[in-house]
Amino acid sequence: MEYQAKELFAKHGVPVNIGTVITETAAAAAAAEEQGGRVVVKAQVKIGGRGKAGGVKLATDPADAVAKAEEILGMDIKGHTVHRVLIAPAADIADEYYFSFLVDRANRNYLCIASIEGGVEIEVTAVENPDAVAKVAIDPQVGVDDAKAAEIVAATRFPAEVAEQAKDVIKKLWDVFVKEDATLVEVNPLVKLADGTLEALDGKVSLDENADFRHPDHEDFVLIEDADPLELAAKEKGLNYVKLDGEVGIIGNGAGLVMSTLDVVAYAGEKHGGVKPANFLDIGGGASAEVMANGLHIIIGDEQVKSVFVNVFGGITACDAVAHGIVGALEKLGDEATKPLVVRLDGNNVVEGRRILNEANHPLVTLVDTMDGAADKAAELANA
Amino acid sequence: MAIFLTENSKVIVQGMTGSEGMKHTQRMLDSGTQIVGGVNPRKAGTSVEFNGGASVPVFGSVAEAMAATGADVSVLFVPPAFTKAAAIEAVDAGIGLAVVITEGVPVHDTAEFRAYAEAKGTTRIIGPNCPGLISPGKSNAGIIPADITKAGRVGLVSKSGTLTYQMMYELRDFGFSSCIGIGGDPIIGTTHIDALQAFQDDPETDAIVMIGEIGGDAEERAAAYIAEHITKPVVGYVAGFTAPEGKTMGHAGAIVSGSSGTAAAKQEALEAVGVKVGKTPSEAAQLMREILQG
Repeated sequence: MEYQAKELFAKHGVPVNIGTVITETAAAAAAAEEQGGRVVVKAQVKIGGRGKAGGVKLATDPADAVAKAEEILGMDIKGHTVHRVLIAPAADIADEYYFSFLVDRANRNYLCIASIEGGVEIEVTAVENPDAVAKVAIDPQVGVDDAKAAEIVAATRFPAEVAEQAKDVIKKLWDVFVKEDATLVEVNPLVKLADGTLEALDGKVSLDENADFRHPDHEDFVLIEDADPLELAAKEKGLNYVKLDGEVGIIGNGAGLVMSTLDVVAYAGEKHGGVKPANFLDIGGGASAEVMANGLHIIIGDEQVKSVFVNVFGGITACDAVAHGIVGALEKLGDEATKPLVVRLDGNNVVEGRRILNEANHPLVTLVDTMDGAADKAAELANA
Repeated sequence: MAIFLTENSKVIVQGMTGSEGMKHTQRMLDSGTQIVGGVNPRKAGTSVEFNGGASVPVFGSVAEAMAATGADVSVLFVPPAFTKAAAIEAVDAGIGLAVVITEGVPVHDTAEFRAYAEAKGTTRIIGPNCPGLISPGKSNAGIIPADITKAGRVGLVSKSGTLTYQMMYELRDFGFSSCIGIGGDPIIGTTHIDALQAFQDDPETDAIVMIGEIGGDAEERAAAYIAEHITKPVVGYVAGFTAPEGKTMGHAGAIVSGSSGTAAAKQEALEAVGVKVGKTPSEAAQLMREILQG
């Protein structure tokens, strides 16, 4: 979110005026007073296009700030509920620029994208006025030194009066990018104020979760009340779960296979009243009874779910172990397990795995041999 | 012949003495891989006994292991925090192939060691966050199960581990020359394009299965490359049609950002250059089956 990005900017010396974050309308007056009276009230959500959605409003005085905060708090912006607003001083803007560093997947290095036409979406500028968008590749082994900062300033054609300041800001934003292990650092707009100084007026930072082990403070950026409760519960159990909007619960092993399972279920759903996958859940290689039970517990906790599709390919873990895992999980869950389970097992030791499941003969379990056939069965049960 | 890995490959394991390293070294040995050493500076000079009678010496560094054994492939089972240093060590030693199995490596670390390897020009990196590669019946470097398929003449390249296994199993009656899991991270050492070209050049590969997933534009670039450079038949599969925007689906690189990185765009790009794309893994396998049966 914007205010979190600004906290990281401030930490690395990027010129920024964070403002005050409030969660209650009543706090708006004092916050506006503190920020100089005339303020901007900005919704804090993890999605772009806040301005267009009415989530950013100018307030002329503290009383007006309360009125604007009242309007914005609780509103829905593209499915994100606004729990916080930022009260920031209304800046006196002379010019707006765009600036970002990101991981360039295609070229497998880093890329700086910058433009002296800021304040609008960079994708729009790139289409309407491609010449105004500078792209400068950055070698991960060298990074952004004085020479690279100068190259970026020249390529972007920053006006001469801000060139020196821009170099300094660019190096500090590079610090944010590298030292915080970010995959994206975006400032839009980077503004020139009426007094000629540069300031990061709005920003976005995406952090690499894989690097959390060296950034214990990044944990503070996770906002409990904004997260899906099922996703939070899954995270606590160490499960890789994404909540979706559908009726067929999905458990599988391996990210690719699970993604594929969602697709196959969605296709099958077309024949069964349009049912859809309810979630992404990758239980990884192990598939022990405990992991399987944890996974089933989360999925059954989703009220929308009407049937569950367990799709496991026995590679490293053989199917007999997976079958024991499923049987054990159902025992652990006992009466909690109420929804029909369609199981597809294939791969190593598949004959033994299927034998174990057949022998257990659990009333909720249907065994289907193929992935496509099992998806069809699970969709049918969800539509019953 | 197979690609990148043959029966003559001499494989060392960085992180062999850890629990994952031990488990998978045993599995690699069981599937016929020539494992010639492990690397762990704290256990240098010792050796590890494996079931089946193999006694594998542990060396203090990749360079020492290479000097003593003539190793040309290293498989890395090193925790994420130490992966960059281990990969750079392998590159400095000049090993030909470094297979980075580790999941959860920070992307900045990968960007750095990958760029380092490219600048040195002697080491091919596969991964990170990948299952490695197997040339069935010849050698197995990584964690791919060896007993779900057989040697044959299909080449397979995939971002996903379990979809690799699924496809190997679906086409087990035809068999594979090599199967390569290139990994699901945003930055990887060996791309679809690298593997496609290697399969094109391999006289023992007749046709290629390419498995992609949402995120980035690797599949689109592979499609453009196929149109220009690949004459062998290619069948594709792309996972993630139902993935919502802005959510990471398991693999760090599997994310649709705005309108880019969607499965539909990838399928369209592949089909536009004549690649047959299956709607499900089984359908993709069936398409390959039809090609092989003529």
